[in-house]
Amino acid sequence: MPKKQIHLAAHFPGVNNTTVWSDPASGSHIEFESFRHFAQTAERAKFDFLFLAEGLRLREQGGRIYDLDVMGRPDNVAILQALAAVTDHIGLAGTVNSTFNEPLDVARKLATLDHLSGGRAAWNVVTSWDEFTGENFRRGGYLPKDKRYLRAQEMLATAQALWDSWPADEVLADAASGQFLRHGDAGRFAIRSDQFDISGRFPVPRSPQGRPVIIQAGDSEEGREFAASSADAIFTRHAELEAGQEFYADVKARLAKFGRRPEDLKILPAATFVLGDTEEEAAENARQVQYQQVGPATAIAFAEQVWNRDLSDVDPDGPVPSFDPKTEDDVDSGGHISKGRASVRMYRDPVATANEWRELGEREGLSLREVVIRKNGRHTFVGTPQRVADTIDEFVQSDASDGFVLVPHITPGGMDVFADQVVPLLQEKGSFRTEYEGTTLREHLGLAPSPTTVAAVSVEA
Amino acid sequence: MSQEPSLHLAIALDGTGWHPASWREPGARADELFTAGFWVDQVREAEAGLADLVTFEDSFALDGDRADRAQGRLDAQLVALRVGPVTSHIGLVPTVVTTHTEPFHVSTEIATLDFATTGRAGVRVRVSSRDEEYALFGRREAGAESRESLFDEAADHIEVQRRLWDSWEDDAEIRDAATGRFVDRDKLHYIDFEGGHFSVRGPSITPRPPQGQPLVSALAHVDVAYRLAARGADLVFVTPGGVGRDGPTGDAEAILRQVRAEEASVGRDGDPLHVLGDLLVVLDDSADAARARLARLDETDGSELRSDARILTGTATDVADVLASWHDAGLAGARLRPAVTAHDLPRITRELVPELQRRGLYRTAYDAATLRGHFGLARPADRYARV
Repeated sequence: MPKKQIHLAAHFPGVNNTTVWSDPASGSHIEFESFRHFAQTAERAKFDFLFLAEGLRLREQGGRIYDLDVMGRPDNVAILQALAAVTDHIGLAGTVNSTFNEPLDVARKLATLDHLSGGRAAWNVVTSWDEFTGENFRRGGYLPKDKRYLRAQEMLATAQALWDSWPADEVLADAASGQFLRHGDAGRFAIRSDQFDISGRFPVPRSPQGRPVIIQAGDSEEGREFAASSADAIFTRHAELEAGQEFYADVKARLAKFGRRPEDLKILPAATFVLGDTEEEAAENARQVQYQQVGPATAIAFAEQVWNRDLSDVDPDGPVPSFDPKTEDDVDSGGHISKGRASVRMYRDPVATANEWRELGEREGLSLREVVIRKNGRHTFVGTPQRVADTIDEFVQSDASDGFVLVPHITPGGMDVFADQVVPLLQEKGSFRTEYEGTTLREHLGLAPSPTTVAAVSVEA
Repeated sequence: MSQEPSLHLAIALDGTGWHPASWREPGARADELFTAGFWVDQVREAEAGLADLVTFEDSFALDGDRADRAQGRLDAQLVALRVGPVTSHIGLVPTVVTTHTEPFHVSTEIATLDFATTGRAGVRVRVSSRDEEYALFGRREAGAESRESLFDEAADHIEVQRRLWDSWEDDAEIRDAATGRFVDRDKLHYIDFEGGHFSVRGPSITPRPPQGQPLVSALAHVDVAYRLAARGADLVFVTPGGVGRDGPTGDAEAILRQVRAEEASVGRDGDPLHVLGDLLVVLDDSADAARARLARLDETDGSELRSDARILTGTATDVADVLASWHDAGLAGARLRPAVTAHDLPRITRELVPELQRRGLYRTAYDAATLRGHFGLARPADRYARV
């Protein structure tokens, strides 16, 4: 039996403290050359796809723009389209929010990306109800929280209906007979649902993949169901073996009720890595990166997200504050000190979190900054290239994942060492491609082709 | 210093060309209309002709339902982005419909185009007046708003794009390891735009693009559109000897007078609008041959070519004569719409351009690296920067 194949994605370093900008090797986060370098490295390493997150508003803390992390990024679908010009095989995946976009526009952009990349487009569908983000858009924070998944589901279903509205063989372009289309009104649709009431003709003929690859991120019950019903890949945070296996089994088991096979949905945890020539060197490198990721100011900022108050007087190299967090304004009330940052939702019980931090600091004699470093999360993979390759393969072969979305901590060269040192070892194991075999992202991911034709589209809720 | 040849040339790309039968012509590559190579080759041809820019037409809706006409359209901004990295000098100006899009998204997309081309991005704004486009979005009712209101919205759209481009000062990124600060947030600015159709808080997610302000343009046939251009654009395309929705548009002098009057009435400061005349061209070795070609195309399509712009059937010399006369009338140049791209675009780049060069009216090499540079426009100061 052939060995289960690993799928790898390269995530361009994001606007958070995982990305180290203070390192001398850190380059521009906005110039095209950085994106070109990163994309071409990932393609050289035969990765399945490149992934770019989306920015819709700069984060704030304490009523001011958060200034400690890398920030400033291009429109992600736009830069992916430009990268299609300097790559040939690698998939191009971008997050597009379902709340602050309209289905016709999103479906048209992704179909265009798919056409102009020869079938390499993917859409990470995310939801939002955030009024803070909404202040940059026409309707502001109009979407009630409980409607966000409904809107995302309807958005995706609508986009798929639009992509399916042109039969694959619709365009003849036969100059001799003078027939360009089989049907003069190709692409006609009418959709009426809770969120949308649209009709007319979708302007883009069917793209090479038919439907671009759909990605969903989310560990919630709703998120898992949404992914099982409609996604081709799911991004998760479960990059530990047992938790990964549990998540994997849970999500794959949900597919059957939607008439789908286990291989129709790829499970891809996010992962970071730090390499070294020896285990000791790798561990030391990892420690240094952690200290770069959580400088003194970042330690205070993270503590403020738990304490929900200004802690600028607190010494990051001193103990964890002895007083309790402010609890009257929670994240959803809009009164929280941190805005535009999903991770603060982790702190459901800030007093308990503060106690936990304080106990850890006292027990092990750690400063506030050291506690934050400990809590900031470990690197997923630390070790020699051989160790890292072994671990990745073990995860995939033991059904803890189908691969990983790797994010390096340095832009744009952070993936080079992985490409040069780890990928060849995965290839030696027979677990990772040595050449691209297909041309589309669907083929790279081993997904079934999209359904081919839907003649007349009419979705009624 | 040599005297700068002052005539500017834009090429208007629209599928296989502006004649509906163009897709059936030899070399039209209609079967490649939705591939990257089709667009890259067209833009490279225009770049070989040292054109200032190409525009990409766009509409969310399709034109008519005839199976014997080329139908289907890609997103113009993404076409420009796909072409950007494989061209080197030419400006890329996609059309954006202001009525149905988010100014925040458009601003960051155009800024991204400017980064991906290191300073060759522009945008052409278009107001939607087509019922079909409204139905595709289902957010507002077609015909419910006055033309003035829609043009005011377009002006607001431009204003938001521009404020967002300036919302990061050029030196906002400081990477100050001592304090741990990546940016100086005093150099990031809320734009706090409040308008009749939307309000936008800002700042942008994208740093200030290489040109500072990418070039903004509009096609205009009537006063309300000239006013929009006067308020927010750098460049306006007009149609001397053409026909707008309200009737004949007038000759170059008359249009220019209207444009300048609108500039005065809105109190425009800074650089005056660059005014380019649109011309749909059917080119051949002789005027007779060109007329015969147009007749043949019309017959193939079964109807006479109609256009808001003047249609010129003739030789490259005939076009050069028109452009020279427009130039004398005060226009900055022309935007040419090739009837059949496969045929007429090479005629422009290989016959018209050398003719203009012989007359000393046109550059013999690109002497600037940015689109603003092609028009002699300096990189503007940031409106939010404290001097």
